[in-house]
Amino acid sequence: MHEPAPPPPAPDSVLSEPLAVRVALTALAVLFLGLFVLLPLVVVFTEALRPGLAAVRDALADEDAMAAIRLTLLVAAISVPLNAVFGVAAAWAVAKFEFPGKSLLVTLIDLPFSVSPVVSGLVFVLLFGAQGLFGPWLRAHDVEIIFAVPGIVLATVFVTLPFVARELIPLMQEQGMADEEAALTLGAGGLRVFLTVTLPNIRWALLYGVLLCNARAMGEFGAVSVVSGHIRGLTNTMPLHVEILYNEYQFAAAFAVASLLALLALVTLAAKSILEWRYADELNGSRRH
Amino acid sequence: MSAAALVPAAPAGRRRASRRGVLPGFGLTMGLTLFWLSAIVLLPLAALIAKSTGLGPSGFARVLGDPRVLAALRVSFGVSLAAACINAVFGVLVAWVLTRYDFPGRRLLDAAVDLPFAIPTAVAGIALASIYAPNGWIGGLVAPFGAKIAFTPWGILIALVAVGLPFVVRTVQPVIAESDREAEEASATLGASRLRTFRRVLLPPLIPAILTGFALSLARCVGEYGSVIFIAGNLPYVSEILPLLIVVKLEEYDYAGATGLAAIMLAISFGMLLVINLIQAWTRRRTGDA
Repeated sequence: MHEPAPPPPAPDSVLSEPLAVRVALTALAVLFLGLFVLLPLVVVFTEALRPGLAAVRDALADEDAMAAIRLTLLVAAISVPLNAVFGVAAAWAVAKFEFPGKSLLVTLIDLPFSVSPVVSGLVFVLLFGAQGLFGPWLRAHDVEIIFAVPGIVLATVFVTLPFVARELIPLMQEQGMADEEAALTLGAGGLRVFLTVTLPNIRWALLYGVLLCNARAMGEFGAVSVVSGHIRGLTNTMPLHVEILYNEYQFAAAFAVASLLALLALVTLAAKSILEWRYADELNGSRRH
Repeated sequence: MSAAALVPAAPAGRRRASRRGVLPGFGLTMGLTLFWLSAIVLLPLAALIAKSTGLGPSGFARVLGDPRVLAALRVSFGVSLAAACINAVFGVLVAWVLTRYDFPGRRLLDAAVDLPFAIPTAVAGIALASIYAPNGWIGGLVAPFGAKIAFTPWGILIALVAVGLPFVVRTVQPVIAESDREAEEASATLGASRLRTFRRVLLPPLIPAILTGFALSLARCVGEYGSVIFIAGNLPYVSEILPLLIVVKLEEYDYAGATGLAAIMLAISFGMLLVINLIQAWTRRRTGDA
């Protein structure tokens, strides 16, 4: 999301700070990042591995942990593709056409980012909960949404909705539509234009958005916690399972499951950095200066 | 997930469609977009607003008259403000060091800035709680002096600083990278000290980005839940944050109270969003950059 760090200019006596200042500032920045960003990561892995690798394996092989992992994968497998399709459609509409209210639409797409996770979960309780708007109807028809998997999916879709659209809109706006128009002139149909011209142009940004969307979908805690009901083996996702284990003072098991999530975050971050370094130009539009 | 993703997009679509409607698919994609946005975001938020207006002024007065709510508001805002201020200072420092200096591990550190975005909040929460608990790595260092970090408002501050940091770094970094080195050179040639050059030449163009990062960080901190609740101690009136109070009310089946609080938080979010948009618009006007 930022410049892929061009090599900084050689230190120049006029255009840079004295060496001692540079060293001090760098040390301070490294210390700050180390304390607030790196140390928590280190702790997750050391705490998880302290009782040994076998304990980690046992904690992850536990029935409830396995159920939580399966549910997390299921929720991500549903919500990420949905939001990817939405993101592509929204980017196509916003980037390729002019219409009134466009900037309002873009702001609305961003909205879930500014809402507290707890509020994001609560809105679905107000709609589908026992006291909710559709509560009586749902109960009459024996449909469970809150404290069940559908509610978890809805909350996850809500919080991850902007990710793909946010990456694609600026990029596709920047790319314009000359390529697509050329293909149309040559007689290609709409779908063919999209698949053979647009999609190759946006593939890395799409992947980037999907990665971020997936990381958040698997890691979301607040919104999911409100709608889940924390039923072990049924409505517990991995982050919720971490919470339950931690509150039961099963620290080793909590950190074992947490380390799996941390690993996911690291892989996401590595993939994201590689994309940023290698395909900087093709992600260009996603970097808003 | 990333700071830039939260910055309202610049209206880059300046090159207008030359011939509107040449490309197909407007109806389909627009329909899909509006349907999904309405079903997932607008309808649920509308339900919240509808429910909360049902409370009426007296209902809101009751919610806001509760001293526990006022205490949570004070804790949430006070600590979030402090965290955003710390982040504004250290975020600029980190962004500066990462863009201007070269040192081994710089790229790795640069990638690590996004860790708070990538790590699930619950994971960060239990990690921070165990670091700063009285028997933790850092909590244990200060415990002999009778100081406590975790399970006090200081713990909340630690968690919020970690959560909000990337927002400032990622909004300020590109501006530093693009800053005009010639102006710096001129300033140095004209005899200004390095500090004076920084204050008079380098800092002013950074101000809008710092303000945006500050606002983004603040907005995120006020709503943050997962990474705070483990380290906060959650003592009512002392270390209980607003989002947690919503959860507590929900667990007590006090739907009216939860709805009222959520509506207040939503209003705060909208307010912050407006402020951020205004800063962006002001910046664009000032720099004439689309």
